[in-house]
Amino acid sequence: MSTILNFTGTLLKNLVSKPVTKNYPEEPAVYPERSRGHIVIDVDQCISCGLCVRSCPPRCIKVDKNEGTWTINRFDCIACGYCASKCPKKCLSLVPGYQKPGRSKAAVTYKKSAEVMEAERKKAEEMAQRKAAAVKAAGEKKAAAQTGGQAAGAAAQVQAAQAQAAAPVKAPSENQ
Amino acid sequence: MGKVSVVPFGPQHPVLPEPIHLDLVLEDEKVIEAVPSIGFVHRGLESLIVKKDYNEMVYVAERTCGICSFGHGMGYVEAVEKIMNVEIPARARYLRTIWMELSRMHSHLLWLGLLADAFGYESLFYHCWRIREQVLDMIEESTGGRVIFSVNKVGGVMKDIDAQMLGRFVEKLGDVEEQICAIRKNFLGDRTVQMRLCGVGVLTKKQAHDLGCAGPFGRASGIATDMRIRGYGAYADLDFEPIIRTDGDSYARCACRIDELLQSIDLIRQAAAKIPAGDLSVPVKGNPDGEYFMRIEQPRGEAVYYVKGSGKPYLNRLRIRTPTFANLAGLCETLKGADYADVPILVLTIDPCISCTER
Ligand code: SF4
Ligand code: SF4
Repeated sequence: MSTILNFTGTLLKNLVSKPVTKNYPEEPAVYPERSRGHIVIDVDQCISCGLCVRSCPPRCIKVDKNEGTWTINRFDCIACGYCASKCPKKCLSLVPGYQKPGRSKAAVTYKKSAEVMEAERKKAEEMAQRKAAAVKAAGEKKAAAQTGGQAAGAAAQVQAAQAQAAAPVKAPSENQ
Repeated sequence: MGKVSVVPFGPQHPVLPEPIHLDLVLEDEKVIEAVPSIGFVHRGLESLIVKKDYNEMVYVAERTCGICSFGHGMGYVEAVEKIMNVEIPARARYLRTIWMELSRMHSHLLWLGLLADAFGYESLFYHCWRIREQVLDMIEESTGGRVIFSVNKVGGVMKDIDAQMLGRFVEKLGDVEEQICAIRKNFLGDRTVQMRLCGVGVLTKKQAHDLGCAGPFGRASGIATDMRIRGYGAYADLDFEPIIRTDGDSYARCACRIDELLQSIDLIRQAAAKIPAGDLSVPVKGNPDGEYFMRIEQPRGEAVYYVKGSGKPYLNRLRIRTPTFANLAGLCETLKGADYADVPILVLTIDPCISCTER
């Protein structure tokens, strides 16, 4: 069975019907809700743990804990969403809307607000102090218990002093 | 005997945007031999396995191909799941099957458009891609990406298609089915199309078998090779038969793929009717230790994923064999004795995906 001109009907219909394509960019594109467009971050929630940095397949994220910054090179990001699934604070999410073209592969940096940085610094300090105080108290208690026995007391004091020296360095990392 | 000359074809050629190079040895207008060479877009994806852990690798495996990306991700995760003895929830198996079939539909519709373009039927080309757009919309709505789905993970899937969305898809696929039946007439019933395809590039069943042809290319020559009957995903619960033609010419390959489109719609309908409720994924602990050879049916044919791990997060080896690689030998055989003007069509009828062949 073979015919000719059997596409003519479709052609005629297409001639009189509206175009199926959109007049983009005059008419904006509509993305579905799940569209994986680009990553957004709620940077004040970020605890700079670096899990996203290590999980990102093209390695396009950088995190600087001291500066409180989170940097992404959107030109390298493949919008896979793996970082968002790994983030312990759930502060990353993939939202609709594609990356704009550009002349160079520039990275974008997000910085935590001054208040959050200040609050974090204070909290870290407070924790360090509290920890130091706790260690000191424990050391004194031990020393007091051992005032009778002289030989062991000296060793305990050395231990307590060592712990005190180590505490301020260790405390901020445990806090964050 | 006429004069023998060698004409280069590709790697840049208007008929297909894929970088394959063929040295065509011509005698007058007849091709007497075709010597293929590939290697223009090798990306070294397999070697990334030593740098990315097995979870990250899902995203790399998916990017093997820009058309059958979902299948590559699925083949890889299923191989890893088999090594780790992970039993994924039934709902996840069904969802993977639905996405796989949607992916097959968009691939086949793309190919039909390209075929129409190759024999100079521009309006049919655009019409096929217009139908394909509806499938892409469904894919985008359910996964968030039009080409790269990124919904697979080791242990299940990450996104759900709820009953309402699935109902909408099935309804829309009804429309798509009608449109496909209409273009089926244009492709298979039109005399001009038949003159370009019938009897062109015949590959007998024996030849196809000896050369190890895969997918619709092999099925058009009468070989019942369809990995879906192995029953991975939810295919074991669905009722279908591989679509086979016996003529082995370009027309048979075209007919095979059009009928597979209708088969895919039917499979999605069946899966939508049977899909059980339940979790999308199961938690996975530990690292893969062992090896597995996963075979799945991609739109272009059988793809093979070999994965080997040794109890570390970084796997030792990933090997992907894509269907186009298997079909290149068959292609060179069909080119022997063909008219020079038929070469573009013959190259297209294997549905070449050179980039994924080179990984
Ligand atoms: S979406 Fe993927 S590629 Fe982009 S930053 Fe996250 S992990 Fe990296
Ligand atoms: S994983 Fe989340 S919390 Fe951790 S550094 Fe990245 S964005 Fe911040």
